[in-house]
Amino acid sequence: MSKQPVPSTLAIEQPDTASRRSKLLSFRIELDPSRKESPWWMTIVSVLLALIFCGIFIAANGMNPITVYSKMITGAFGTTFGITETLVKSIPLLLCGIGVAIAYRISVWNIGAEGQFLAGAMAATAVTVYWPNLPVYLAIPAMVAAGIIGGGIWGLLTAIPRTYFQVNELITSLMLNYVALLALNYFVFGPWKDPKGFNFPGTPVFTEAQSLPLFGDTRLHLGLVFAIVCVLLYAFLMKYTRWGYELRLIGANPEAAKNAGIKISRHILLVMLISGGMAGLAGMAEVSGVTHRLMYGISPGYGYTAIIVAWLAKLNPVGLVISSFLFGGLIVGGFSVQTIGLPSSISSMIQGAILFFLIAGNMASKFRIRRQG
Amino acid sequence: MDVFVQIIVAAISSGTPLLFATLGGILIERSGIIQLGAEGLMLMGAVIACMTYLHTGNLALTLIAACAISAVLGVVHAFMCVTLRANQIVSGLALTLFGTGLSAYLGKSITGQPVAGAVPKVNLTWLEDVPVIGGIFSHLDILTWFSFILVIVLHLYIHRTSWGLHLRAIGDNPPTADVMGIRVQSFRYGYIIIGSMLIGLAGADLLLVYSPTWIEGMTAGRGWIAVALIIFARWNPIRALFCAYFFGALDTIGFRIQLIGSEVPSYFLKMIPYIVTILVLMFLGWRNRNKPSGSPESLGTPYIREQRF
Repeated sequence: MSKQPVPSTLAIEQPDTASRRSKLLSFRIELDPSRKESPWWMTIVSVLLALIFCGIFIAANGMNPITVYSKMITGAFGTTFGITETLVKSIPLLLCGIGVAIAYRISVWNIGAEGQFLAGAMAATAVTVYWPNLPVYLAIPAMVAAGIIGGGIWGLLTAIPRTYFQVNELITSLMLNYVALLALNYFVFGPWKDPKGFNFPGTPVFTEAQSLPLFGDTRLHLGLVFAIVCVLLYAFLMKYTRWGYELRLIGANPEAAKNAGIKISRHILLVMLISGGMAGLAGMAEVSGVTHRLMYGISPGYGYTAIIVAWLAKLNPVGLVISSFLFGGLIVGGFSVQTIGLPSSISSMIQGAILFFLIAGNMASKFRIRRQG
Repeated sequence: MDVFVQIIVAAISSGTPLLFATLGGILIERSGIIQLGAEGLMLMGAVIACMTYLHTGNLALTLIAACAISAVLGVVHAFMCVTLRANQIVSGLALTLFGTGLSAYLGKSITGQPVAGAVPKVNLTWLEDVPVIGGIFSHLDILTWFSFILVIVLHLYIHRTSWGLHLRAIGDNPPTADVMGIRVQSFRYGYIIIGSMLIGLAGADLLLVYSPTWIEGMTAGRGWIAVALIIFARWNPIRALFCAYFFGALDTIGFRIQLIGSEVPSYFLKMIPYIVTILVLMFLGWRNRNKPSGSPESLGTPYIREQRF
């Protein structure tokens, strides 16, 4: 071989002028292909940053953020009453959170858990209105079934336009939230209003047979068991069944799933039925276990908070339990700072900020800083 | 005829906030970024407008403040979607949830305080005697006139100027646009910020003109209807005008039916806009099942220079 090989450095010796110029500022930020998952501590950092960020607004309102936060924490976790209250709030969050998490698994953006929650609550109440004298062993199962079916149908109303008419499920599910809220108001201000309730917008108080049993003297009710059973089922189905595997496959790569012969539209319908059913069960547990009546303003936005619960948990069952407990605490803490003159909407502000910092942190940890050239 | 004119006037007055929000959304989505934060941006625009107006009483300052706050939130959305390449759907959702919470927090002290007569009307007395047209156009406020002008300007901008061509190129095919020498990332930032300002203005318009007191969550899903309107309007400003007024009419029609003494409970009448939104989307999906939807082709995909498509 007499011929000189082509120098392999040829391309490098003639870089384009732009990159030579920027060599002095020689750092660049790029996606690190090796990092798929962000580290677990990133979640904690994101939550802390969100709290600091909201602290600015609290300070702007003339309050000391540290006082406010410690008040919230002691209100939510400091006393036995606080902890049971937090658990009571975390039951609907966990159930709705499982519901939206299962939909997000296959990238169906169900933000209608709020409406599905209300639909379940209304369906369960319908049982008490139209069959008021059922014995306890019939009343509770009938209400549970009604709640799941009501929520599930509300979920299907989102899934059917999505699968057969290519309608964006975000818009449909949100519009249905408003429809459900208006329907609820119609019932509690209209035909189902308690005739002896001094014009209070709510149904008559449920009888003993229609209420979920409580644990001891606390306000904690049997819904906790429902939630735990559901989260175990969710974990089992996702991990050990063929169905869960198919869902994970659709979530990871819908194209490959379709080629593998998985019927995506049938999965979407079933998943939305389950997703709505979970939220509907939460609604049933709330009316039957906590308020003991259907009334105006029954949900302080559980369905919306559940979106953040699911996202914080990264759709993981253990994470769902932890994050729903934390957000339950946030809601209770938000109520407890009302005594020092702050609006309870502070907790929804913190929730939004947490979601922001979560996705930012999640993405930021996928980048790396490299020297250029 | 009188009733017809009244309905048109009512449709314009309740459709104008929707129109502003839709136009802002069109600008953002034309550049290839999904915008689902409209509800939060509108609420923030409304609450800031209310606070500024109650403190200063100055309309110009009020509108600037509403645009400024939504521009700041727009920068955050742009940073998430363009720089960090985060999931645009979740970023928009976060914007909505955060805006809803923050506006409720900020607005607690001003709830229920009336903001009347903030926006002056343009009284065209010489037009009054013209049938129909006079009735519709002679007493509109300046924000409505501004929205008319904006529709025409945006239509010409998007379809008739080279900058508009660049905007469409960024949204349809960012790699090609980049090769043409258009700075995709910077332009996306710019359009997200301008579009967000328009959505904030929509909130201010809703508060100052349509329902002049701040109530928590006063937009009642109008931001989401605006998101749906972008799809109805097929990302076109002129169509957006008619779609927005159609929904404005739906919004007021329930109220009208109540006035003539209908037996239907008001709760069901209030459901009309939401249900019609879903039905129209379903109809469009069915009609366009074999056609492209007209959406920008790269909508929702972040542009990464090094990555091949």
